[in-house]
Amino acid sequence: MATLEEKIEETRRLGLQVVKETEEDRLMTLSIGPQHPGSGHFRFTVKVDGDYIVYCDPDPGYVHRGEEKMCEYRNVIQNIPHLERPVIHDSTNVTYSYSLAVEDLMGIQVPRRGQFIRAIASEMNRQVYTLYWLAIYGIFLGHSTMFMWPAGDRELFIDLLERLTGARVTHAYNIPGGVRNDMPEGFKQRCLDHINYFEKRLKEYEDIFYNMPLFRQRTEGVAVLSKEDAVKLGVTGSVLRASGVPYDIRKVEPYDVYNEIDFKVQYMKTGDSFARSYVPFLDMKESCHIMRQLLDKMPQSGEVRTKLQPNPKGPAGEAYRRVESGRGALGYHIVSDGTPKPYRVKISVGSFRNMLALPFLLVGNKLADMPAVYWSLNYWPVEADR
Amino acid sequence: MSSDKEEQKQKAAKAAGAEKPAAKPAPTPKPAAPPAAKPPAAAAPPAKEPEPPAFEKGLAQELVSKFGDAVKIVYIKPVRIKVETAPSSIVEVATYLRDSMGFDHAESASGTDYLKENHIEVNYHLGSYTREDLLAHIMVLTTKANRDDPRLPSLVRVYPSVEYHERETFEMLGVYFEGHPRMERFLLPEDWADIPPLRKDFRIKGR
Repeated sequence: MATLEEKIEETRRLGLQVVKETEEDRLMTLSIGPQHPGSGHFRFTVKVDGDYIVYCDPDPGYVHRGEEKMCEYRNVIQNIPHLERPVIHDSTNVTYSYSLAVEDLMGIQVPRRGQFIRAIASEMNRQVYTLYWLAIYGIFLGHSTMFMWPAGDRELFIDLLERLTGARVTHAYNIPGGVRNDMPEGFKQRCLDHINYFEKRLKEYEDIFYNMPLFRQRTEGVAVLSKEDAVKLGVTGSVLRASGVPYDIRKVEPYDVYNEIDFKVQYMKTGDSFARSYVPFLDMKESCHIMRQLLDKMPQSGEVRTKLQPNPKGPAGEAYRRVESGRGALGYHIVSDGTPKPYRVKISVGSFRNMLALPFLLVGNKLADMPAVYWSLNYWPVEADR
Repeated sequence: MSSDKEEQKQKAAKAAGAEKPAAKPAPTPKPAAPPAAKPPAAAAPPAKEPEPPAFEKGLAQELVSKFGDAVKIVYIKPVRIKVETAPSSIVEVATYLRDSMGFDHAESASGTDYLKENHIEVNYHLGSYTREDLLAHIMVLTTKANRDDPRLPSLVRVYPSVEYHERETFEMLGVYFEGHPRMERFLLPEDWADIPPLRKDFRIKGR
């Protein structure tokens, strides 16, 4: 058995050149996205050393639409339809905090029935978003049943929202002052039927997906985000709650009627990919509980919206309001100069904030774990780009 | 997990109880926060301003007593405080906010361009995940940069969470954050060759 030196000597004696492998030779740069099915409309480059990721650089912006600039050219009502485009699956929540901020600026009060209908619509919309996310998470871990079931059950809530708002995904339902129209006849019973059915389905999801040994092996202990790091990176939503911080805007800063609702903030302490994927599931369960209470406590009749003057305007000032969306806190910072058009709108979205955790978590993990980590961040590229 | 939930429930109940008066969203009519740096449109009578809540006032007082003239309170509203500092002292104030007052992360950093006043105002929305009584609060730390040469010290060493927000502010408003590891293009196209788009003198075509 020749030693390395002897081998090199032998090679030189044969007149061949000896080239030592450098670190650069070992590393391979991979570009993931923007047309990769595993990344959405989002690109990130990773450097891999064998199987392991040693460098990650997110490169968003492929779906940047300039929402913030567009807001400056339209009045507060005209802004609503285009503001929900970043997350059409969660369109009620996107316009919810916008409406709250505008109401703050203009001193508008929302009728009580309007507040309840808003909350119900936003809970349902959060279910729609979470189910869509779960479907994607399932398929990227190779579990095609978990793609079809949530995608199918999502239709239930879409149908309900269609009855309520008139549109399947882009509702433009929340407006400053309340909601656009009242509930249709018999909506409450239909809602309760769907919730009962959905709760049974959630049990089946747990059996087939979350309790499956293969899924647990692929996610448990993968890419652990500690509580300290989660706080330092300022992540939000399910990513934060999976790391052991029970922070939910509905609880810490209750908007509209959430201070009358009895619910628990769902969180876990492990901070791995499994926790990040299980917390949204727990949220869905809790959301059914919230919806029942909302339907129960809602006043049977009354106004649903405060009528505004055409082209409404308020005094100059600024407001920052947040709601809990499917991807965590969603805040609007609106600066008004007293004209009907906002002077500046800044949208602080969960996806953009959670993106910071992506390089942090991917580095040191295997490339094969990339989908399990990336999708567990509950990241929606279009929302991050705005 | 049941004991976790119990503990968390207690915490949440405590937090909710503490914040209830402050966090009621709809019924607080807002008669025009007096804008410090706004175009002088509707100048609301300052007498109508409601008395700021005691807890928020205490937080603001703490900052003022620590830094004196270096900080200026812009407004105090329920669960929202806005504090203005000079660019030279923003790192010091932010470090104090993080270490001594418990604002442990930044929710967003954004800029607003004021064409007439010839400055760009940069706002950091700071929040707390760890201090129980601050969960609902947002501390808006703000500073101004001259529009002709907007340079500000970066807060990325104090708050790692502002990294991407500052990068976005750089490309959207042209504010250069000194000390930031990567002041590069982020969301805009690679071949973008115009002034930063969120500046007020950038006009959308046809509008």
